[in-house]
Amino acid sequence: MSPSLVLLENVLQALTAGLLIGSVYALMCVGLGLIFGVMRVINFAQGEFLMLGMYGTLYAYTWLALGRLLGPFVGPIVGAVIAGIVVYFAGILLHRYLLARVTGIKVAGSEGEGHYPQLILTLGLSLILSNAGLIVFGSTPENIRTPLSATAWEIGPLAADHVSIFLNKARSVAFLVSVGVAIALFLFITRTRIGKMLRAAADNPEAATYMGIDVERAHRIAFGLGCAITAVAGGLVATYYPFQPYVGLEFVIIMYAGVVLGGMGSIGGAFWGGLTIGLVQQLSTLVLPLQLQNTAIFVVFLLIMMLRPEGLFGRNVERA
Amino acid sequence: MRGGAGKPVATILAFAAAYLVVGLVVRNQYYQLMLTLVLVWAIMGVSWNVFSGYSGLVSFGHASFFGLGAYTVALFLVKLDLTPWIGIPLGMLVGVAAGVMIGYPTFRLRGVYFALAMLAYPLALLYIFEWLGYQEVALPMKREAPAAYMQFPDHRAYIVIALAMLIAAMLVSLRIERSRFGLSLTAIKQNEWAAEASGIDALHWKMKAIMLSGAIAAAAGGFYAVVLLVVTPPSVFGMLTSAQALIVTLFGGVATVWGPVVGSVILIPLAEILHAELGDKIPGIQGVVFGAAIVLVILVAPEGVVPKVRDAFARRKRRGAARPALDEPVAAVVATRRAASDEVLLRVTNLSRSFGGLRAVQDVSFEVRKGEVLGIIGPNGAGKTTLFNVLNGFIRPDAGEVVFRGKALTRLKPNEVCALGIGRTFQVMRPFPRMRVLDNVVVGAFVADADDERALAAARDALARVGLTAYADAVAGGLTTLELRQMELARAIASRPKLLLADETLAGLGAQEIDRLLATLGALASAGLTIVIIEHTMQAMVRLADRFVVLDHGAVLAAGKPEEVTRDPKVIEAYLGKRWMARAEH
Repeated sequence: MSPSLVLLENVLQALTAGLLIGSVYALMCVGLGLIFGVMRVINFAQGEFLMLGMYGTLYAYTWLALGRLLGPFVGPIVGAVIAGIVVYFAGILLHRYLLARVTGIKVAGSEGEGHYPQLILTLGLSLILSNAGLIVFGSTPENIRTPLSATAWEIGPLAADHVSIFLNKARSVAFLVSVGVAIALFLFITRTRIGKMLRAAADNPEAATYMGIDVERAHRIAFGLGCAITAVAGGLVATYYPFQPYVGLEFVIIMYAGVVLGGMGSIGGAFWGGLTIGLVQQLSTLVLPLQLQNTAIFVVFLLIMMLRPEGLFGRNVERA
Repeated sequence: MRGGAGKPVATILAFAAAYLVVGLVVRNQYYQLMLTLVLVWAIMGVSWNVFSGYSGLVSFGHASFFGLGAYTVALFLVKLDLTPWIGIPLGMLVGVAAGVMIGYPTFRLRGVYFALAMLAYPLALLYIFEWLGYQEVALPMKREAPAAYMQFPDHRAYIVIALAMLIAAMLVSLRIERSRFGLSLTAIKQNEWAAEASGIDALHWKMKAIMLSGAIAAAAGGFYAVVLLVVTPPSVFGMLTSAQALIVTLFGGVATVWGPVVGSVILIPLAEILHAELGDKIPGIQGVVFGAAIVLVILVAPEGVVPKVRDAFARRKRRGAARPALDEPVAAVVATRRAASDEVLLRVTNLSRSFGGLRAVQDVSFEVRKGEVLGIIGPNGAGKTTLFNVLNGFIRPDAGEVVFRGKALTRLKPNEVCALGIGRTFQVMRPFPRMRVLDNVVVGAFVADADDERALAAARDALARVGLTAYADAVAGGLTTLELRQMELARAIASRPKLLLADETLAGLGAQEIDRLLATLGALASAGLTIVIIEHTMQAMVRLADRFVVLDHGAVLAAGKPEEVTRDPKVIEAYLGKRWMARAEH
């Protein structure tokens, strides 16, 4: 094969991998973005909910023998959904007994200093959850092994005789589920009564209160839902990526980068931001050594913050 | 600013002596290591506090400095056989350089954006050092000359060195707290705009703080490498390193000299002992302890242990203090008309500024003569405050010129404008709410006085001129509107301006209070201060101003003596007319 064809194949392969992985990033970003959009809380512990989603999916998958019952395609998905439901209720409880004390209307309406207590509270939560994870789950890297993890569909040959794209089956399934969940959330927020309540609480918490909306309840639902969505994304990642209890930190920066890129406060923006981060990460492997993949994301993250803190896709919520 | 540093220094030395006694008595090597680590994290906490505690910019990335210090010491020793005695100071220089390189771009961000950006630096460095192949750098043992390489068979020596470093760091912190450095940072933390307008160069102080903080953290990191003899990227650049610095400080008490030390003395042994006792069965127990500690502090005592205890003592001691009375008015009646001068102090030419489609200031020209009181009046939304914001450098104009005593102002930052001799007050008051009244005013005096004592004297003088002397020690957050207006005036005149921009100083006040402020302003004018004052009602202003400029929809409608302006048909129609119409309807 000529060098230019090799390059073409590599670029195509990186693009598709970026798209597949990026869609899962997009979904976890949507979870973080939902929480920030409604509550104006930057959840430091979001990576840990991702981690809980991974272990939740793993245990659901093995204990309930989902692989044998439902097959390699549907089994992990059902596992991830079960993990998402569990994390939803965990999020609800955490909000009721911890976060509600330092968040709420007053904070949501303010900028600056009011945000530090919750940032630090969620940092503490992140430390507790990741280390409790170490205590409960152990430090051995885990993996949800299905026949799909190591097999791929071939698309092509596209050009010449050899240039084809290989779609890893586990990642492809994760892609489809991510897009599906994101669309479902979009419909939920735009069409349903609760979705409208969330949007009203996000837009102007004080005015929402005057309209009879229980803003605290809206915040609780948003927090639970945001954690659950990220947990589902974690369950999908778990089908093709080995994980341990500290895995959250690897992803939390990806999530921040995606959400900031999409414009903080915009949930749709968070989706496109996460997708872009996935593409950046995969395309960076064409020019950078593998170990610096994440450094590339940090650099992009910092550049976005410096140059366009209002994000590429959304509106800026920080007022002067 | 509080004078007299003798007692706090004595307390620090007493603490050090007591710690040293404990350190020398303990024989168990494990406990010796723990006593050393308590000091390392106390130093790290002081470093975090010097920057984030005072400036309010939360850093999640202090591991950058710690790790760079550790790797500087380790790599110089391994590659060049350079002793840590030189390696640690070198590491501190690297810390300063990192502070500049991180601070300069990142200070453009505010609030949570700053905090998040800081998180990315150490994690990026972590991957870079792994990629460079420094997954594990072991410090070689130097058996031939151990002391020359900071290696001691008797581990108590490490406690002595760490204690010396902590004392140095605490003295730096103490010095900052008691000087214009700390007060400027605190002012920036509480209201950056007001600090800038009062002559504080925010970027300058933030840079200084992050450089100093970077040096201290790098020293802690370098020493940590010497003690543990092995450096890995996760152990020095990891999230827990940044988090521990923040947590011991917040637990002990943010923006206090003792907070980081108290936090470290309580939390580090707790985490270490639990780790030693239960670590094999419960591996992550340290992280859980730190996480739980910080969650608990945020919920129960957000200000931290030290201030909580101090408040409890203060409450026991406090007597029922009555609210102090305001000083007698400086002058009972408004001063008479001042001698008009022909000298132009400030010349504004064709100034324009738009926000999107809204032309807030359009083609405005006027001049201010030395010694006069110029009233700028106009209905709400006429562009008065925007005009002030352009004059004092908050906003760049789209077009036009502002010349003050021969100098163009339009490209200057607010603190530079203030340094040239233009003070200002705000329509929506911007006090530093958790600082004493005197400290609020001292912040304004810094720009005119390089000497802290003289600045303090200038501040007292300014307080006397507005009649707030009795309130010098009150916390600004508890003042009434009138008192806050007076305090802002004092803060503005403490910089000894040639020109005062007073933005709706009379708004929200009752008739008697207005009389009082008018008397103060009149006295200031009589003493030679040139004043430009914004108002939207004319009544009170007629008693004070020598001349009026009337703004409407961002443009100058009329200018001249009060009696001329009030008779100008354009003014009556556009401004007074509306009110008269409204009144007629009732």
